[in-house]
Amino acid sequence: MNSRVRGQWFLGGLGFLAGLYALLILGLLVADVGFTSWDECWIALQSDAIRHSIALSFISCTLAALLSLVVAVPAGYLLARFRFRGSRLLDALFDIPIVLPPLVIGLSLLILFQTAAGQFFEEHVMEMTYELPGVVLAQFVVACAFAVRTMRLCFDSIDPRPEQVARTLGCTRAQAFFRVTLPEARGGIIAAGSLAFARALGEFGPILVFSGATRMKTEVLPTTVFLELSVGNLQAALAVSLLMVLAAISVLVLARMFGMRGGLL
Amino acid sequence: MIELRQGTLGAGDTRISQVSLTIPSGAYAVLLGPTGCGKTTLLETIAGLQPLHGGSLMINGEDMARRDPADRGIGYVPQDGALFPTMSVRGQLVFALQIRKHSQAEQDQRLDELAQQLSLTDLLDRRPHELSGGERQRVALGRALANRPSLLLLDEPLSSLDDGTREAMQDVLAEVHRASSCTVLHVTHRIAEAQALGTLRLGFVGNGIELLPTTS
Repeated sequence: MNSRVRGQWFLGGLGFLAGLYALLILGLLVADVGFTSWDECWIALQSDAIRHSIALSFISCTLAALLSLVVAVPAGYLLARFRFRGSRLLDALFDIPIVLPPLVIGLSLLILFQTAAGQFFEEHVMEMTYELPGVVLAQFVVACAFAVRTMRLCFDSIDPRPEQVARTLGCTRAQAFFRVTLPEARGGIIAAGSLAFARALGEFGPILVFSGATRMKTEVLPTTVFLELSVGNLQAALAVSLLMVLAAISVLVLARMFGMRGGLL
Repeated sequence: MIELRQGTLGAGDTRISQVSLTIPSGAYAVLLGPTGCGKTTLLETIAGLQPLHGGSLMINGEDMARRDPADRGIGYVPQDGALFPTMSVRGQLVFALQIRKHSQAEQDQRLDELAQQLSLTDLLDRRPHELSGGERQRVALGRALANRPSLLLLDEPLSSLDDGTREAMQDVLAEVHRASSCTVLHVTHRIAEAQALGTLRLGFVGNGIELLPTTS
């Protein structure tokens, strides 16, 4: 076998393995769509509980994504631009919610709000455990970690030199950041926000443990899938799942349109 | 006038000690040195983008060692121009004036002057990615000159240009210096640039900087 043929076999092998995985993903999506019909989906989506769950998911995920950006933009910028004592530790700390099992995050939130500080917060600021703000917090904890990682990659890819030039032209550090660097990070901000929204939308474990699965109260879309499956209503579970698939694909398209193809997207 | 006395610049492996430099007001000083000898570190220290670890730095008689880059009265043109990617040429040229809250009339007048002086009139609405290398450097120069700095720092401004554009840009730099009468510190590794532009030629020697004979 000459080297040209061996090269073709090698590339063919790589393509075969990658193709198998691509087929598996496509198979999942096609099977979901083929298992139901638009009419059955439409009927399932008429349920008050499911409509409440859709509305709550949209609102809580939007809030979680916005809160994530409020933290991720400064955190990503600091990690990308400055080396300070403990910066590597902080960088690793921000990854913990990504690698922790979701149920552990929920349990940890539950325990946090049983401590003296947590109890004080619930008594004097707002109730979190088994309440709506808790849903947003549970989504935020994981979504923000992904947003921080995306913003860090974004700021890493932005040349610091124009920002330095802006400082010689009369800008303070803050002016240089807001007038020069932040406009350049616009694509990354949209990608980070979209990714945070998508992660929040898929969050189930922490919400189940920390906020419960109370219908018409703390029920979000993954909770609906779980509740409908547990009573054997496969069509409703599938209708909600397809809705989440649609939202996830929209976010992926949006994020890729803005050029964040590396890293987490 | 720039006076750097016994300066310690840079950090870690790139630290340079005991650097002294004097450039009289209005001079066009060209600092020659090979790549990696610390030319950019020196410029960034004078601009306030890197700390001066020891020694003193005076610009026009004022101690600048601890001043913010914004308060040093300098214009800085990095090697690649470092234009603001999301801004039009017009936005870049008036940026310093907007930050310093000059009136709209002053901004318009200065924009016209710079656009004419640097032949940028037809490019004002373009973005950096729509400009050639020479055009980008002219915009970077105009942006640095907008607020009429007393000191202009040029970091290998011609190194990425082709021969024809480099010669044209040399003429632009000479004309800008003649018209603005600001002090210029231009670093390069090209002797031809130093000969064409410099009224004062300097070189890194050991740890210090020394005036070069006119024939070196």
